[in-house]
Amino acid sequence: MMRARGATFWFGLFALTWALSAFSFQLSKAWDARWLLKYPKAWELPLEGAIKDALNWLVEDAHFGLFTFRDLTRAISALVEVPYQILRDLLIEGFSTGIGDSAVQILPSLSWIAVIACAAAIGHYARDWKLAALVGGCFLYLAVFGQWESAMITLASVLVAVPIGAVGGLFLGIAAWRAPWFERLLRPFLDLMQTVPVFAYLVPILILFGFGPVAALVATVIYAMPPMVRITVVALKGVPEEVLEAGRMAGCTRRQLMWKVLVPSATPSLMVGVNQVIMLTLNMVIIASMIGAGGLGFDVLGALRRLDIGGGIEAGLAIVVMAIALDRASQAFAERSQRARLTGNVLQRHPWTTTVFVVIVATLFLGQVFPGVQTYPRDLTVTTGPFWGEAMKWINVNFFDTFEAIKVVILNWLLLPVKKFFGGIPWAWGIAAMALIAWKVGGWRLGLLAALLTAFIAATGLWPKAMVTVYLCGVSVLIATVVGIPLGIWAAERPGAGRVILGLMDTLQTLPSFVYLIPVVMLFRVGDFSAMVAVVLYALAPAVRYAAHGIRSVPEQLIEAGVMAGCTRAQLLWRIKLPMAAPQLLLGLNQTIMLALSMLVITALVGTRDLGQEVYIALAKAQPGPGIVAGLSVAFIAIIADRIFNALAEGQKRRLGL
Amino acid sequence: MKHLSVAVAALMTAFPAWAADSADPIKLTLHDWSGQLITTTLMGEVLKQAGTNVEYVQADYIAQFAGLKTGDLHVAMEIWETTGREAMDEAFATGNVVNMGETGMQAIEEWWYPAYMNDKCPGLPNWEALKDCADAFATPETAPMGRYLGGPVTWGGFDEERVEALELDFEVVHAGTDAALFAELESAYQRQDPIMLWIYSPHWAPSKYEGQYVEFPPYSPECYADPAVGVNPDAAYDCGKPRGPIWKVAWKGVAEKWPNAAKTIENFRISNDEMGQMVAAVDLDGKTVEETVAAWMDANKEVWSAWIVK
Repeated sequence: MMRARGATFWFGLFALTWALSAFSFQLSKAWDARWLLKYPKAWELPLEGAIKDALNWLVEDAHFGLFTFRDLTRAISALVEVPYQILRDLLIEGFSTGIGDSAVQILPSLSWIAVIACAAAIGHYARDWKLAALVGGCFLYLAVFGQWESAMITLASVLVAVPIGAVGGLFLGIAAWRAPWFERLLRPFLDLMQTVPVFAYLVPILILFGFGPVAALVATVIYAMPPMVRITVVALKGVPEEVLEAGRMAGCTRRQLMWKVLVPSATPSLMVGVNQVIMLTLNMVIIASMIGAGGLGFDVLGALRRLDIGGGIEAGLAIVVMAIALDRASQAFAERSQRARLTGNVLQRHPWTTTVFVVIVATLFLGQVFPGVQTYPRDLTVTTGPFWGEAMKWINVNFFDTFEAIKVVILNWLLLPVKKFFGGIPWAWGIAAMALIAWKVGGWRLGLLAALLTAFIAATGLWPKAMVTVYLCGVSVLIATVVGIPLGIWAAERPGAGRVILGLMDTLQTLPSFVYLIPVVMLFRVGDFSAMVAVVLYALAPAVRYAAHGIRSVPEQLIEAGVMAGCTRAQLLWRIKLPMAAPQLLLGLNQTIMLALSMLVITALVGTRDLGQEVYIALAKAQPGPGIVAGLSVAFIAIIADRIFNALAEGQKRRLGL
Repeated sequence: MKHLSVAVAALMTAFPAWAADSADPIKLTLHDWSGQLITTTLMGEVLKQAGTNVEYVQADYIAQFAGLKTGDLHVAMEIWETTGREAMDEAFATGNVVNMGETGMQAIEEWWYPAYMNDKCPGLPNWEALKDCADAFATPETAPMGRYLGGPVTWGGFDEERVEALELDFEVVHAGTDAALFAELESAYQRQDPIMLWIYSPHWAPSKYEGQYVEFPPYSPECYADPAVGVNPDAAYDCGKPRGPIWKVAWKGVAEKWPNAAKTIENFRISNDEMGQMVAAVDLDGKTVEETVAAWMDANKEVWSAWIVK
């Protein structure tokens, strides 16, 4: 009975929306009501001016008595610059005094051999010889493929951004865990930090923190910190009550309870957060390089400006390789169990520290005599650049027509109809429909939230752009899901294939999207279709990963019960595994939507006409007001989608009794 | 401290012969295209020869204005009349950014087509040929109209208006970034497929690909402003795009802090041809920016020595 009523509701809502979308033009003519189609200019909120004024005030006038707000941000920036510069000197530039011609080098940077030895040592310390070989190998790759210098600059910014993000996130998380009101206050800010496109707040950050690597670091930290906060809260809440009790019984103070009991027992989960911070930091490498971070991101951008596809891929793969090294090492730290203390003298207890120290000192002196020891010789670098260019040309010349035919079919039968459907929805009905959907799924509070956020988008005059965003995002998510979930199921059922598929997904997600944006444009031309392909490539990963995880975590007893009852393989999948994995699938869908939205801002670079383009134009014209308004609109779409899918997943869990 | 520097500045203006440049490095901005890297490196190396300390900072083309206004950045060597006008005007209006004169290079922007299209559309480069063979430039999405790939929306260019005013059967599609623009060109050129798009120089593309700019009726400010002027008496924009200088701009404090270097920067001049050759050396022959600049400086010592003011 419930189900039937639910189906009627959804069908009715869709039919009504479709009718209104298809006939909105005639309706507005018949009633002589132009406001139906277009949000009246007179009702628009004067937000852009207000934001501009607020920013001007913040930058020019805001002060705390003794110093201005900008003095404060500049002081922070000077503070962050110190460790960053030291790391840069240590890894690549060498320590020197004086400037320009009068500069005198005091100490050279670590040699490439020493850096690789350090990396391998950390790998061994975190787990074993295998990891040491992997991490060392990754760094060796950077040297052999001639990416060393840029990679070390990128590494320096990662090594500064990650600790700030992780420690800052940990403290915010602890504060949120202690005071529920603070958690409630923090939540919307975390949502915004994750969903407002970075392009939107780049200009204010540049003004406040000055031009250069530090502003890039700040933007990176803003983007990469939220998962750490969230995971800290969840991890602390997950510490068993008995452990806490034991701590209290032992007479711990509040501080001791936190640092000696709670944090250590939550460490494995906390390390997952650190891992997330590392990954997101590497995702930001390209955007950071646009505002002065340099390094690998700059190489990718520069290569693409020259249409050097091979160069772009090599620099992009260097980012992937670095991500693999940092990811595996940090995961190993998360799983590392405390080992027994070694005995013996200093050398015996610290064989790795000693070795690394010896290597550093030895290469320091040898490097003065043989330059090849200090800097990897240029003649010995390998490049695959020409191969990629040729391969791309071959595909282009031989398969372009096939791709073109496929593209025309998908455009005509999927993209254009969906675009017309969303484009036609009158804004007033759009608000009502969103509210109804949210109310049906998550109760009246969610309905109200959805109505307010949608109304905001309409009131800023960005409704048509927002609908293009929803359409592009919707189609991309649909395709990503249709492709991704079967891949995920396959990966879960066949561990061999799974390793390959999941490895590929990791690569796709860490490879900067700029690298494949250009080949995509070469094959599909500028337009919505290219944007969609790029978004699908990027947003596929969570659909696959959550599906695989969901299927794998179906309880063994249930599957056995199914087998006993005589289920076939297909029945096992459709009747038991998929329904049980439904909450995970929904969460995967949620993540797919989030990634698709964040990618849409990047695809503005191939020429879409959506909110992402609005943000990008505002950045290109250095207008912070419109950028932030459009950025907030993207964020609000993301927040509505997030809340609705979380509510759906919760409902599904309750029904399954999980 | 502030009084002291005011006093020093006053002294310096009183006795210009004593004026000396600060030892702090001048920060020159680097963007992500080779031509700009060459111009900036060349300026930087010349300044170093003159004994000034130089620091290169990577920055976005438009976003850098935020830094130029506050003095975080000091000199931007290539601001194109054609793409940077709006940002420049906004920055000059604040009084914190000043124009350091022309670089000597002229920006050209126009519709461009590869040479093999001459067969499919005889009569080019005269724009009137396009009236009869727009369909030679069609793609499945735009057929029967021709497809013209314009620059990013932010570049402006009035191409929709131009198509309308000159009654061309073309649909204007905007690339989001110039990397996408040249990716399409590369792709079409490999397949020898029809393409008509926005190209600008100085750039490596006109030297890598064989082709020509379409010859529209020449630009005049009246043609853009007054419908009556031009081929179409009822519409404005019935002519080609304006060409304009590439400017050098700087933070206003540069002239006070490094008076000699500022004059050296103002003296910098280079021609489109010289720059085109250097860009081709970097982007097509795979030389590094530093090598190319050093080679030019070896060959043109008397040219750059004349810029230096000591």
